[in-house]
Amino acid sequence: MEIIFLIFVFVLAIFLGVELINKVPSTLHTPLMSGSNAISGITLLGALVSAGSTNNEFASILGVLAVAFATINVVGGYMVTDRMLAMFKKKESGGSK
Amino acid sequence: MSIGETLISIDETLINSVYVIAAILFIVGLKFLGSPATARKGNFISASGMLIAVVFTLANQQILSFDLIAVGVVFGALVGAIVSRKVAMTSMPEMVALFNGFGGLASLFVGWAALSVALTQAVSSGIAINSFSLVTIFLSILIGGLTFTGSLLAYGKLSEKISGRPFFYIGQRVVNSGILIAVLVCAGLFFQDSANENWLYLAVGLSLVLGVMFVLPIGGADMPVVISLLNSFSGLAAAAAGFAIGNILLIVAGSLVGASGLILTGIMCKAMNRSLSNVLFSGFGTVKVTDGPVIEQGEVKPMSAEDAYYVLEAASSVVVIPGYGMAVAQAQHVVKELQEILEKNGAEVVYAIHPVAGRMPGHMNVLLAEADVPYDLLLEMDQINPRIESFDVAIVIGANDVVNPAAREVESSPIYGMPVINANQANTVFVLKRSMATGFAGIDNPLFFKENTRMIFGDAKETLGNLVKSFD
Repeated sequence: MEIIFLIFVFVLAIFLGVELINKVPSTLHTPLMSGSNAISGITLLGALVSAGSTNNEFASILGVLAVAFATINVVGGYMVTDRMLAMFKKKESGGSK
Repeated sequence: MSIGETLISIDETLINSVYVIAAILFIVGLKFLGSPATARKGNFISASGMLIAVVFTLANQQILSFDLIAVGVVFGALVGAIVSRKVAMTSMPEMVALFNGFGGLASLFVGWAALSVALTQAVSSGIAINSFSLVTIFLSILIGGLTFTGSLLAYGKLSEKISGRPFFYIGQRVVNSGILIAVLVCAGLFFQDSANENWLYLAVGLSLVLGVMFVLPIGGADMPVVISLLNSFSGLAAAAAGFAIGNILLIVAGSLVGASGLILTGIMCKAMNRSLSNVLFSGFGTVKVTDGPVIEQGEVKPMSAEDAYYVLEAASSVVVIPGYGMAVAQAQHVVKELQEILEKNGAEVVYAIHPVAGRMPGHMNVLLAEADVPYDLLLEMDQINPRIESFDVAIVIGANDVVNPAAREVESSPIYGMPVINANQANTVFVLKRSMATGFAGIDNPLFFKENTRMIFGDAKETLGNLVKSFD
């Protein structure tokens, strides 16, 4: 049952993702990509649990490495997306600098 | 039920409820990313979803030691923050590729760590690991591994640390399928005999090799497709890791990203009129180089920037068509200067953006946004083509294949059928180009020989700078 439930969630999320992204205009494709890239750093949650469990040393080491890389992905991804999006301006406010 | 168990179950319910909220924030965030007006807010919402998910995961009782975590988080946050602040907008494609690779690597490690924990438990309890866990763990290792090396190679090609030319060899499909099968065989053998860890190491190594082999034959012009695909993979790797450790939020967030990457991949392929397998398995430049009669060659008509000034001065409507060359020359700011001067002169100026112009989806839009060009002046191919005939001047800056009329006119051309911007239908076409070399695709461009085309040779930034100066 548990397995079916997880697969169920997976399939629904894929369909939801398709619906959400289909509407994004091409002007925003780069920020969309780096922003969704940051979301894929969600694997950080798994990394935190592995890194913090003290009973398996090898898993902890792998976990810490995963934490470091996933954090780069998350922090860097969100920050760079924000930097890009801050530049997108409409005509009225454009050229104010 | 003992008190301890109750505590744990409350704890888990709480964390899972927070995960539901985080998932909602991701979804709302992605929805807000769909419009330039709300996109920044959307990114912030998605980031806050990530933050609360991380904070509540740390409150999980399974986590006993925080020292190592702190080291990893501080290191990662510092590197991420510094890199994202320093990177130039023109280098955005390779940076996205690099971050993408790190996400893949993290998923590989999470899968591997989960395997290590599961094996220890299996040994102590004497009950074998269930096959579903094993399969998903291997999937996260495989997809994570190939995303990592594939993205690193894409990073190398995009930043021109490695040649961007497609590297193609005979039997490449066979080799790649062979590696994939070998990984699966290793996985199978490891399931049979999980005491022998060599099969595991071999599977990890092979998936890393697979990533390299998969990106190797893909040339610079096809990079938008590959980056989108790798983006999708990094999401799927996270989803697989979610299956492996039974974390629903990883599955939801990972599959959202997986779906988004797949859609972008589809859009990019469509914009090149090629199937995904065609992009992945046949280097663009290597497709049938026609030995037949060279098509529609003629005389190239060069023009100096000063002469171009007189044409522009008289123009009442101008369309700018940028390509990767604009990024290379860092010419986006001077393009904006020219736009302002032309507008002051009474001309209408718009930009026409081809979906695969540049090295990643939306590459040109970001560069022009950096130069403060309002996004409502940026028209998509379908918006510009019906009215391009009414434009006095089309200025092609460092674009080649995306304005190649051979895609419409020459059936033997490798890019025949690809939707292009019909630059040649404007009254006069200026092509700003470094030299007469062919584009990345290595295909002749009849546009350069058209009656109404004038070539302005030289560095795009310099040429545009000279044009701007002549208006003073």
